Amino acid sequence: MIAALWVMVGISLLLGAVLGFSAIKFKVEGNPLVEKIDAVLPQTQCGQCGYPGCKPYAEAIAKGEANINKCPPGGEEGIRKLADLLGVEYVPFGEGAAPKAKAVAFIDEQTCIGCTLCLQACPVDAIVGAAKQMHTIIASECTGCELCIAPCPVDCISMQPIGEDITNWKWDYPTIPIVQVAAR
Amino acid sequence: MRPLFKFHGGVHPATHKAESTRTPIALAPIPTKLVIPLHQHVGNRAVPVVQVGERVLKGQIIGRPEGRLSSAVHASTSGTVSAIDMQLVAHHSGLPDLCVTLIPDGKDEWIAHSGVDYRQTEHTDLRHLLRQAGVVGLGGAVFPSDMKSYSHKHKIKTLVLNGAECEPYITCDDMLMRERAADILRGAEVLRELLYAEEVLIGIEDNKPEAIAAMQKAVLDDKHAQMEVIAVPTLYPGGGAKQLIRVLTGIEVAAGVRSTEMGVQCFNVATAYCVWRAITFGEPLLSRIVTVTGNVEHAQNYEVLLGTPVDELVALAGSRADTNKHIMGGPMMGVDLPSGSVGVTKATNCIIEASPKLFPPPPPALPCIRCTRCADVCPAELQPQELFWFSKAKDFGKAQEYHLFDCIECGACAYVCPSQIPLVQYYRFAKSEIWQRERDAQAADLARERHEYRLMRIEREKQEKAERLAQKEKAALAAKAASPAPAVNPEPAHASSAAGPDDTLQMRIDAAVARAKAQAATAQPKNVNALTPQQQAEIAEIEARRAKIREMAAHAGADDEPPKSNQG
Repeated sequence: MIAALWVMVGISLLLGAVLGFSAIKFKVEGNPLVEKIDAVLPQTQCGQCGYPGCKPYAEAIAKGEANINKCPPGGEEGIRKLADLLGVEYVPFGEGAAPKAKAVAFIDEQTCIGCTLCLQACPVDAIVGAAKQMHTIIASECTGCELCIAPCPVDCISMQPIGEDITNWKWDYPTIPIVQVAAR
Repeated sequence: MRPLFKFHGGVHPATHKAESTRTPIALAPIPTKLVIPLHQHVGNRAVPVVQVGERVLKGQIIGRPEGRLSSAVHASTSGTVSAIDMQLVAHHSGLPDLCVTLIPDGKDEWIAHSGVDYRQTEHTDLRHLLRQAGVVGLGGAVFPSDMKSYSHKHKIKTLVLNGAECEPYITCDDMLMRERAADILRGAEVLRELLYAEEVLIGIEDNKPEAIAAMQKAVLDDKHAQMEVIAVPTLYPGGGAKQLIRVLTGIEVAAGVRSTEMGVQCFNVATAYCVWRAITFGEPLLSRIVTVTGNVEHAQNYEVLLGTPVDELVALAGSRADTNKHIMGGPMMGVDLPSGSVGVTKATNCIIEASPKLFPPPPPALPCIRCTRCADVCPAELQPQELFWFSKAKDFGKAQEYHLFDCIECGACAYVCPSQIPLVQYYRFAKSEIWQRERDAQAADLARERHEYRLMRIEREKQEKAERLAQKEKAALAAKAASPAPAVNPEPAHASSAAGPDDTLQMRIDAAVARAKAQAATAQPKNVNALTPQQQAEIAEIEARRAKIREMAAHAGADDEPPKSNQG
């Protein structure tokens, strides 16, 4: 009887030690859900969701503070992916939050006065320039967040939609053309 | 007799090859203009190196290769560059791309060129020659040939020369082999040398007996010991590189593996011919054989200058009035040209004039009945019905799991489909969507990285600034301790002991302002200390004038008039 008790105590101590050890050894740093949500977000860092970047928005979603339909650059597909990931229902975009066509910022170099305000606004350092030097956008790194437009004192930044060319052209989804047949 | 192997599936569409093989290859005349696309190969687009209005000679480079994977583009004849702009090109999208438009002068004047003896030339130099000569794979993939003629990574045992030409209607390789077999084999010999290959297997489908005979004769005549011409069974798509390698060597090139890793490299016969011309005569790739067939009076093969507008080419063969579109390539894998104005490129092996009678519009697609006839004929041993299902449902992850990217888009599945489903269109749609997603994901990763770096940088700058300030403060305190009565500005100093922190700050600011003022008063402009007396006199005169104006302005201000010219 006593022996059995000791065996049970021994086993529980051993297992407890194993569990305690693994809790320290395999501790998960940060919230893995935040990383997963962040991976779905388009990383434009535009702040249209009301948070100062994609990561803070991901954190807010993970905490349940923010809805999943606040990211227009991610498109409807982004919402669907988030809904899948979090196991919640799809939510359509709210009023006025529809996704826009992709665009990159463009600085009219004739008008630019070199004030560096847009440099400070750019979340991905995609603007090259210095004080009283002309600024220009690195188009390949611009996320199209439009954050540089508001601070410009001379309104020399505009958004240029990314056109379709041979390199980024996509095949259409096959559709069957509807043919009008004369009624008998 | 060499044992041959089989690849999975395949179909037997009507070949329609006899029409265009009745007459020998004709030389197409120089057209009225040439529209030469700068992106005729796999890889980076060539960069234009000529100006509008410049006169160029035949064989002159007009687009230089950009980056590692690229190829040069040349002027196909002598003439004047009339435009470098976006023109319609032979592409599924029907979108324009950068082209050089050349108005020929009719003289066909060559640029100075000369060949080399490949046996006495370094292989690196040979590859460079191929790149500069714009030699790319002419079987349709237009992959730069210099990038394919390496063998240092993997030992190449077999060089497969592809003369199968499996797609219906196309006969350009057939005619080339009949007429120029010797030069093809010499080119193959150069490639064999470059690859250190032990044997050259020339695969030709058995529906081209004349070509097989001509090639066999050339092998015997020139005593090419390591070469063998092999007739392979006619079966579409037996001319696909992986399929032909399978048939000739029995080697199954696995998914995501290059054939070179299995010791085999494959070149088209026309590519071998161009390699020979480029190396031995220094002639860049300026023209190619194009089959003009379909709805024409006399179907024939032409040797056509690259850039020749398709309209002018088909007029030679007598395009009939009811032609409704031009197809570049074969009926199975060809591209519908957006216009007759597009120029012939290195990839143009055939132009089929299509008419509603010849190619009736496909009947509407019916639902998939899961008969799996597509799976029976798929040469890549895929499950086309599953791929169709996933592509249609836009379930791209699943489509990739079913090896969508092993699909060679040969169209055999759509050919046998009893429901006439445009299967290949679905696969192409899915592929381009997946590529788009990959591009988006890459852009997102880049943006994330840059944003995180920016946040880190801002944080670091803040810290550095704080440290700098702390150090300055410390130094100032130390200095104060060293000399208890600082004699910088004795006037406000008397209140320092009794004043609070705000007062000391104000006091310090006052002191700094006073210091700056004193400095400004004593400072001499540095740019006037080494001047001639004449210049100094001029400066003095200007200063005097300024003083006068200031005085006048002050006077005017006193007379209650708005100050005008006092802003300098």
